[in-house]
Amino acid sequence: MSDLLLEVKGLKKYFPITGGIFGKQIGMVKAVDDVTFTVYRGETLGIVGESGCGKSTTGRMLMRLIEPTDGSITFEGKEVTALSKTELRRLRRDMQMIFQDPFASLNPRHTVEKILEEPLIVHGIGSKEERKRRVREMLEVVGLGSYHAKRYPHQFSGGQRQRIGIARALMTNPKLIIADEPVSALDVSIQAQVLNLLEDLQKQFGLTYIFIAHDLGVVRHISDRVGVMYLGRMVELADSESLYEAPKHPYTKALLSAVPIPDPDHKAERQLLSGDLPSPANPPQGCAFHTRCSACMDICRAQRPALKEVATGHYVACHLYE
Amino acid sequence: MAELARTPATPPTAIEEERTVSLWGEAWQRFRKNKIALVGTGIVLFFIMIAILAPWLAPYDYKEQQLAERLQPPSSEHWFGTDDFGRDIFSRVIYGARISLWVGFFSVLGSIVVGSLLGIIAGYYGRWIDGVISRLFDIMLAFPSILLAIGIVAVLGPSLQNALIAIAVINVPNFGRLIRSRVLSIKQEEYIMAAKAIGMSDWRILFHHILPNSLAPIIVQGTLAIATAIIEAAALGFLGLGAQPPNPEWGKMLSDAKDFLTQAPWTMIFPGLAIMLTVLGFNLMGDGLRDALDPRMKS
Repeated sequence: MSDLLLEVKGLKKYFPITGGIFGKQIGMVKAVDDVTFTVYRGETLGIVGESGCGKSTTGRMLMRLIEPTDGSITFEGKEVTALSKTELRRLRRDMQMIFQDPFASLNPRHTVEKILEEPLIVHGIGSKEERKRRVREMLEVVGLGSYHAKRYPHQFSGGQRQRIGIARALMTNPKLIIADEPVSALDVSIQAQVLNLLEDLQKQFGLTYIFIAHDLGVVRHISDRVGVMYLGRMVELADSESLYEAPKHPYTKALLSAVPIPDPDHKAERQLLSGDLPSPANPPQGCAFHTRCSACMDICRAQRPALKEVATGHYVACHLYE
Repeated sequence: MAELARTPATPPTAIEEERTVSLWGEAWQRFRKNKIALVGTGIVLFFIMIAILAPWLAPYDYKEQQLAERLQPPSSEHWFGTDDFGRDIFSRVIYGARISLWVGFFSVLGSIVVGSLLGIIAGYYGRWIDGVISRLFDIMLAFPSILLAIGIVAVLGPSLQNALIAIAVINVPNFGRLIRSRVLSIKQEEYIMAAKAIGMSDWRILFHHILPNSLAPIIVQGTLAIATAIIEAAALGFLGLGAQPPNPEWGKMLSDAKDFLTQAPWTMIFPGLAIMLTVLGFNLMGDGLRDALDPRMKS
């Protein structure tokens, strides 16, 4: 577990807000604000948070589908933010992405065969026959049949389409797969199938996942370590077990207490958060969570807490633990 | 659950060579059921056949003058009558189909090629490139189109070829804007993001993903634009800026006939009918294509 695959330091993405007739910049949305984490080879890092907390933006920045404002991303020792366009394209062989909406992420005018073949064509891998063979193999691997190759995306169900999306991501034998809410658009019964498929594939091909989701149950099931994001910041990062059993950050505690437990006799002690999510265009001073935190102190309003290791492998950004 | 994941989602009993339906195939199924669109297509095909077979269909040479038989009413000898030079109007209308369809088809093709290119560049790259191209379109659209066409022909000199160029030019902004808006919306689709994530070049994304998905509205608009182009060509012909005598362009025939309107109405009625029918055919076909290619737009 000590083999470092990806290291992210101080990653930031500020989107400018423009206004007025001359399109002057009148503000900044701090979608991702100083996020630091590492991913080890073979593990699954889950990233959870509410919608709008910057988790998808983080995922897209890792592949430079969105250009980071600041920070460094090191993948296998290479600085991703400094790569040229050609080098970046080569990198995308090793880093692939699975998308949220299986209905939007496949080109409706291409057959499954063409969709799956395209990564190979783009990277100049194999002859025509080899590519076609690999497409058929990969369809079997993700639990579809090779006879599906000639069909179009609209002839499949959501779960099947997501399998196609997964197959596409695997075509170039990547090392890291960024899965951006890969099951949240699917029915619960299908979610389990797709999650199991992802786990099987991880074992089979030695994949590393960054698994972005808002469903805490799903993330717990699949992740080795979990990072919790709030308003563009990483507030807690720990291995799955200790995060779920002993959450430290008040936000993580509130988040976990909201997970329904399938036991009618269970007396829930829910910590309801008061207030709304502050606007990322105007985040609170100090700790971004202080406006809704039950344990808020004076220092929280003034100073932003840094992400610190409070137990082995357990990082929290909270003044309570300093 | 783990077992479920490994079983193929559909049992592999399905046969290897099963029928697959692309979006284009589905559109064709819808189009085939639309009777009015089929009538329109029939009219268009009818005129295309006439244009192709003109030398065999026409009983007379379109420029053969028989001054003794000028302004004859329709008869068994001259089905549509004769004009002021004694030329057979039936033969002239038949040859006129060649000119009108030629102008309609190639002017629109020209507009589509140039318009798509500009529209795609504007939509995909955005920023200042979009600004420049869009303002250019705005300027062109600020002129009444026929006035712009007249201006272009005036500069180039009156001829059928220049009329074709003029019509192509004035239709460029329509297609350009259409494609630009399509590109802007398709650019946001997740499969474009996926294409970038795969490591695809801009060129491949544009021509393998964005263009094929923008094609449907281009086809619809193109068919309807052929109808307009035929009318515009006729208008330029009528003004003496298009086809030059003795070419039997329908608009030119109308303008030649206007002096004999009361005396010999057939000189005007038949070319007029030909224009109307062709335009109607293309419009019906275009409407049908629109309904077939974008079923959501149908009310």
